[in-house]
Amino acid sequence: METITSIRPLLAVLVSLLIIPLLVASGRKPNVREAWTFVAAVAKFLIVLSMLPAVLHGTEIVYTLVQFMPGAAIKFRVDALGMLFALVSSSLWIITSAYSIGYMRGLKEHGQTRYFCYFAICLSATIGAAFSANLLTLYLFYEILSLATYPLVTHHQDLEARSSGRKYVLYVVGASIGLVLPAMLICYDLAGTLEFSKNGILAGTASRPLLFILLFMFVFGFAKAAIMPMHSWLPAAMVAPTPVSALLHAVAVVKVGVFSIVRILTGVFGIQLLSSSHLGTVVCYVAAFTILVGSFIALSQDGLKRRLAFSTIAQLSYIVLGVALLSPKGMIGGMLHIAMHAFGKITLFFCAGAIFVATGKKNISEMVGIGRRMPVTMAAFFIASLSIIGVPPCGGFISKWYLALGTLQAHQIGFLIVLLFSSLLNACYFIPITYTAFFCRPEEAMFENKVQEAPLFCVVPLAITALISIILLFYPQPFLRLATMMVENIIGM
Amino acid sequence: MSQNYPALLVIVPLLSAFFISAAGWVNKRLCFPLSVAALSVSAYSCIGLLLRVLNEGVVHYRLGGWPPPWGIVYYVDYLNGLVLCVVSISALINLIATKKSIEQEFPEKTGPFYTLYVLFVTGMLGITVTGDAFNLYVLLEIGSITGYALLAMGDEDRAPLASLNYLYMGTIGACFYLLGVGYLYIATGSLNMVDIAHILPDLYQSKAVTAAFIICLVGVWIKMAFFPLHAWLPNAYTFAPSATSSLIAPLMTKVMIYVMIRLILTVFTPEFAFTTLAVSHYIVWLACIAIVMGAILALAQHDLKKMLTYIIVAEVGYMVGGAWLGNRAGMTGAVLHIVNDALMTLCAFLVVCNIVYKVKGYAFADLKGLFPKMPFTMGAFVIAALSIIGVPPTCGFFSKWYLILGAIQAHQYGFMVALLFSSLINVVLFFRVFEVGFFEPFSDHEGHEHHPAVMAEAPLSMLVPLYIVAVGLIVVGLYTGDIVNHIIRFVIPKGFM
Repeated sequence: METITSIRPLLAVLVSLLIIPLLVASGRKPNVREAWTFVAAVAKFLIVLSMLPAVLHGTEIVYTLVQFMPGAAIKFRVDALGMLFALVSSSLWIITSAYSIGYMRGLKEHGQTRYFCYFAICLSATIGAAFSANLLTLYLFYEILSLATYPLVTHHQDLEARSSGRKYVLYVVGASIGLVLPAMLICYDLAGTLEFSKNGILAGTASRPLLFILLFMFVFGFAKAAIMPMHSWLPAAMVAPTPVSALLHAVAVVKVGVFSIVRILTGVFGIQLLSSSHLGTVVCYVAAFTILVGSFIALSQDGLKRRLAFSTIAQLSYIVLGVALLSPKGMIGGMLHIAMHAFGKITLFFCAGAIFVATGKKNISEMVGIGRRMPVTMAAFFIASLSIIGVPPCGGFISKWYLALGTLQAHQIGFLIVLLFSSLLNACYFIPITYTAFFCRPEEAMFENKVQEAPLFCVVPLAITALISIILLFYPQPFLRLATMMVENIIGM
Repeated sequence: MSQNYPALLVIVPLLSAFFISAAGWVNKRLCFPLSVAALSVSAYSCIGLLLRVLNEGVVHYRLGGWPPPWGIVYYVDYLNGLVLCVVSISALINLIATKKSIEQEFPEKTGPFYTLYVLFVTGMLGITVTGDAFNLYVLLEIGSITGYALLAMGDEDRAPLASLNYLYMGTIGACFYLLGVGYLYIATGSLNMVDIAHILPDLYQSKAVTAAFIICLVGVWIKMAFFPLHAWLPNAYTFAPSATSSLIAPLMTKVMIYVMIRLILTVFTPEFAFTTLAVSHYIVWLACIAIVMGAILALAQHDLKKMLTYIIVAEVGYMVGGAWLGNRAGMTGAVLHIVNDALMTLCAFLVVCNIVYKVKGYAFADLKGLFPKMPFTMGAFVIAALSIIGVPPTCGFFSKWYLILGAIQAHQYGFMVALLFSSLINVVLFFRVFEVGFFEPFSDHEGHEHHPAVMAEAPLSMLVPLYIVAVGLIVVGLYTGDIVNHIIRFVIPKGFM
């Protein structure tokens, strides 16, 4: 594989950090401040995009910042999977920034400068994690992301925010220090390196029980992936302002968790080792459990954001399941689901936020007939829920299709049934929301029959992401291409 | 002049102490610039000395031209070259940062304070630079006695008693060390460390030598507050003036760790310490207990300063354990942690200094609303906290990395668990402080209408040095590779795996 050295990965990480002094300096002029956010977001997206052609050509872009021990460095490598994730999160940051303006100003939130600053740090860390070349760099950005999200989760600074913040830190930081850090050091001691490689680094270094323990230290240690029982921080974190839930708790933060697990499975353990020791299947069972239980709990939630959170928990495990199946189609499906779920779920969160801004309602039981008042929002909600359920005409269909094929390819019919049953559950908890929003008897409706949407800054972003969800079915590039390339590279086709 | 760096770095502050004392009678305002000048010369010499060691290898300096083993030899290698730089630079930064705080806390005593301050630094530098076991005791007493006086200048009701307690314990510790040196002198007839090291190998079976080593070790442990010999530390450091705590807390314990490592590596050999003596396993377990108890006791505190003092107790356990793991990674971690812990303790105590300067208190209840009130001070506090927790890329992460790696390689999983436990407790400790500063006082309006807090930040003269240290935490972290490859690698003897 061809590699070129370039500073662009580092620039992509730093651009949103460099903007922070400007954000603070223009704190009293909100319009200037938001302009800077847009500048950073667009610049970040363009830098990421500028690396896409090279990656599509099969070239890897490498940059070493500091080498502090042999095999352990702060080093970036842009490969197909990292590119896929970086594209998703950097493009969605632009849209979320617009949405944030509508949401935060619509609610006259306090501390907006702080909010935009930490958002920028979070995006730096996300891109850093996407482009990490080794476990140490990944851990570094993972930790920065955990800590930078804390002030966003606890933005309201009330008692509820404090207790949710505690839960968040306890789970996410506690698991990473308590489990990932020792597992990483044991890996380093065994393999002498932490560099991700397509054959893994642990092959032939340890006994199966030790590998088993290490694998689960990683899978549960990256608690951002919300694999049960490490999931309960995510519903609690829903106290955050909705744009935070949308970008971070549907795209950036949780996907960094899943992304880390994918890297562990493919880059540290390696496909051969996982399949020869049957450890992949064990991960599949854990993921399948999370998928089913998460979906069941989602059914019982009345708070819209909480329902979305449990849906996210289940959907994240799709990705883990797909990759842990170790079949080519399954892995493509899993990686593709990072993108497909992102566009669908962010739309759903945007809708939840738009409803809150326009009406102040948080619970599904209070949203009867809301479709007449906010038709655009609820239409987008419907499209996005179709994408999550995984039916055409939405992008979610493609990733589910590949996942289903993957289970067949791996001869694991049980997991196919799990996937299909979960889709049914998804439909059960999403469709009634749209149904009661539009089709209720006039005397049941809780809203006047007058169109009154949230501010344009809220509505336009959610319409865009809903549209992209549809477009992705017909034109899933470059995401499908990137996922395929990554899998071909791993399997060695 | 560069030939005389080893002498300059001790003599200049020692002599200036007299001038500062005299200046205190004439014009108090002269004391500060004189102290800064003296410590600057020290710091400059230390850096020059480290560079010379890097270029030319070990530096021997005969004080007064007397040849060893009769005269006193200053002996500077990679290990104390590094520690000297840390000590002198921390002391200088702290001196500059705390000027306003000293003027506020005891405006009438600045003369004596600066005299003692410079003498204390002389003691610390002397302990580090000397190659003579008895001379080390003398300088240890200089450092300790000035330390007692500095600590006693704090809280009128409680500081003198706490300092007296420290004086008793400290004196016992120093006596133990002296006793050990006496035994060594009886056995070898020499006080020069290198000389003793040459004579000792034939005597390793001697019970007197073993006793000498253990007695020295216990003495040093008392001085570094190794649990359960730590009882003097928390009160002494808590009730001391802000400027004193931020001087002594980073330096005293770290310098004593240096002395312990010096005893293991230079005076005795690692072979003797780890193989012949065969107690390292137990000492690592003691270190585990120190770490766990330090963390738990820190959890029980209700004010910031005392919490930090118990964190020091836990950190001492890190370094003792790392040094006694008996492998390269552990020793590297211990030496690296001397540097890192000095810097992060300095950073944390300078933050306390700023808070006390503005808020006049350091109990958790005094920290309410501090994030909006003092955003810059708290920003530095967050960096220090992350380093103490061990979050990359701050330096605390990298020393923890080596320590845990050492624990894994030595199969001391108890030590690994203790380190992780203490990191997790640190998360709780610091987030508890963040919570008070960030959330309280709670507003009544569902969080949407916070009253914009008025900013009341500490003056620039305190903030700039604080930020030099805070940014230093990250820079040192990023340059860990260079520090290890160019300095610490040579500290550890070649045969040592």
